[in-house]
Amino acid sequence: MDQLNNYLYISAILFSLGTFAVMTRRNGIAVLMGVELILNAANLNFVAFSRFGGMNMDGHIFSLFVIVLAAAEAAVALAIVINIYNNLHTINVDDAAMMKE
Amino acid sequence: MFIDYSLFILFLPLLAFVIQIFFGKKLPRQGDWVSILAIMTSLVLAIIMFFSMISSYDPNFKEEASFTWFDMGEFKIRLGFLVDNLTIIMLLVVTLISTCTHLFSTEYLKGDIRYSRYFAYLGLFTFSMNGIVLANNLISMYMFWELVGVSSYLLIGHWFEKDSAADASKKAFLTNRVGDIGFFIGIMLIYNAIGSFAFGDIFNGVASEMITGTTLTLAGVGLFMGAMGKSSQFPLHIWLPDAMEGPTPVSALMHAATMVAAGVYLSVRIFPILTPDALLVVAYVGGFTALFAASIAITQRDIKKVLAYSTVSQLGYMILAVGTGVYTAAFFHLLTHAMFKANLFYGSGSVIHSMHHALHKKHDHDTDPQDMMNMGGFRTKMPITHWSMLLSTLAIAGVPLFSGFLSKDAILAGTLSFAQHHPQHFLLPIFGFGAALITAFYMFRMMFLTFYGKPQMPELIDDIHESPKIMTGPLVLLGGLSFFIWYTLPYFNFMSSHGWFTDLVIPRDSSVPGNPSAEYISQGAHHAHHLAMYLSIAVASVGILLSWIVYIKRSLSADAWSKRLGFLYHWSQGKYYFDENYSKYLYQPTLRLAKKIAWIDWELYDKYFINGFGKVTNLASKVTGKFDYEAIDQILVDGTAKIANLLGRLLRTVQTGKLQNYVLYVTCGLIILMIIQTF
Repeated sequence: MDQLNNYLYISAILFSLGTFAVMTRRNGIAVLMGVELILNAANLNFVAFSRFGGMNMDGHIFSLFVIVLAAAEAAVALAIVINIYNNLHTINVDDAAMMKE
Repeated sequence: MFIDYSLFILFLPLLAFVIQIFFGKKLPRQGDWVSILAIMTSLVLAIIMFFSMISSYDPNFKEEASFTWFDMGEFKIRLGFLVDNLTIIMLLVVTLISTCTHLFSTEYLKGDIRYSRYFAYLGLFTFSMNGIVLANNLISMYMFWELVGVSSYLLIGHWFEKDSAADASKKAFLTNRVGDIGFFIGIMLIYNAIGSFAFGDIFNGVASEMITGTTLTLAGVGLFMGAMGKSSQFPLHIWLPDAMEGPTPVSALMHAATMVAAGVYLSVRIFPILTPDALLVVAYVGGFTALFAASIAITQRDIKKVLAYSTVSQLGYMILAVGTGVYTAAFFHLLTHAMFKANLFYGSGSVIHSMHHALHKKHDHDTDPQDMMNMGGFRTKMPITHWSMLLSTLAIAGVPLFSGFLSKDAILAGTLSFAQHHPQHFLLPIFGFGAALITAFYMFRMMFLTFYGKPQMPELIDDIHESPKIMTGPLVLLGGLSFFIWYTLPYFNFMSSHGWFTDLVIPRDSSVPGNPSAEYISQGAHHAHHLAMYLSIAVASVGILLSWIVYIKRSLSADAWSKRLGFLYHWSQGKYYFDENYSKYLYQPTLRLAKKIAWIDWELYDKYFINGFGKVTNLASKVTGKFDYEAIDQILVDGTAKIANLLGRLLRTVQTGKLQNYVLYVTCGLIILMIIQTF
């Protein structure tokens, strides 16, 4: 298990699942969850490369930043979802298309 | 040090002008104190310069500074300032008379609607006059020359609501332009030959015969034409009497003491380059003007017109002196004349002011306050004005003990000696002495009619009062300066002009090869001095006596004589009908010619050439218009738009607005890129 590739496989799987969720789910919350998966896949890569690539603490610091950013992003995105719900009484992202016309 | 001082003297009035023209109305007292402060500072500086000139007592003193105005390779123009004794004396005269005028005007123009603007223009005038005085080259002198013309135009037309004032200002400006064309031609001739505008270079160039003969004569006469215009010499004398439409203090400053003397100043400056022929032209123009203007002054009824023609006549004297070679005498007469003639104008201003108020009180708006036939008996009512004017009248008449005697005597001596050397020019002294006789006569006529005898309008006499102190101040000062002593210090000699002036302003040799030397001329004048003196005293006393007989004793009736000499009287009264003849033979034909040319311009050129050209252009524009619409608009421009429209429709289908679709495209794109990378 102490191999770089193993981490990369898991990270790739996570990324693919996240992308799939973002592309296919209609539920706003689920889309956000997909984004979280993508971010965490990236985090895993950072840490893995940090460990095996001899980059000392750089990867760790970066992943900490990403976590903070993800938290901020989640806060803003959830606020948007709540506003969409308040206005449209749904959280289906396809229905939030008022600006299309 | 002198250059610095003179720059302050030059630019302070300009500063006052700028302040007055922009902020004058908003300042307390309409800002007259700004102008007065500026001019008084200039006066103090001029006095300091004058006294340091006296204390160094160096006739050859000269300070010059110049800078490059513009530089275009070979063509370079340098401007500069020149301070010598002539300049210092002239600066003092200008600032002194200007200060007096500023003070006098605060009372004379009280309540005027354009009070602040008037003071602004006075500042502009003082600036430009000092500029002429300080110039060391012809080109900057020409510029200031024109500026002086402009300020004269503005000040004569101060009351432009009156048609006569507006016309007079235009007449003054245009008549001056005629002279200035000659001035400009003269400058160009000289520049063409010598390649410099500076006086020093020009004198050297003339001395080394870079310009000779007819060309030099023409150049000299051209420059002198400028002087003829500005100094109102025959036949360009017509503007000065009309210029009396301006406020009286302005007449005193510009049309008596300083601006009209600019022509004389120019003649004095360029004296070294005048050839014998040019000098003869100068002498005859000056001499004839002196006699001719004096003969008009005899019959004028308007007090200011008398003084105006007297000014023309006295300027003729100065020009005559330049022509006969005694040009320092011309400058001496300029100095003394500036003092007593400015004073006479202030005196007439004081009289007119008081007449105006008296008439105003009587609600009489039809009587002319300047007509001497309405005056008489003012002597006891206006004692200061009377005494001051009397002193100046004695000076201008050439009575011993007064300044005019000395300077006039110097001129007449020069003229007499010139005629002794050249007997064929016997007319010149006749002009000179004749004018002296007539001057004495008409000046005392003016005094007698105004201040002596019985009041012509007795109902007014009770309301005639002496003018306020601010007006009598300049009168007292300048009246005092009519005495000889100020000009002959440190010597006490009322019979000859020997004094600081003759020591400090010495004549120089002409640069033109072959002209008589200054030594020769002054020797001649010295020999003629005694004869000239006795003759001039004789003619002055005859003139005064005659005036006394006619206007005080009344044993000779002026009316009867005027009837007996019918046509002469009418000629003189009508100013020899110069205005009418100019109008008939000069202006009207010019106007007719202009109308003909205008007809050609309109009927032929405009209608056929311009309109035809317009039609052709119209046709061409229609053709190109069609091409533009049909070809470019329809096919090229609209075609591009259609293509864009089609593309837009096609690409629109991709833009679903669904975020997840976009993510799908991105992912697909990414996968495609990765596949391409792999192979």
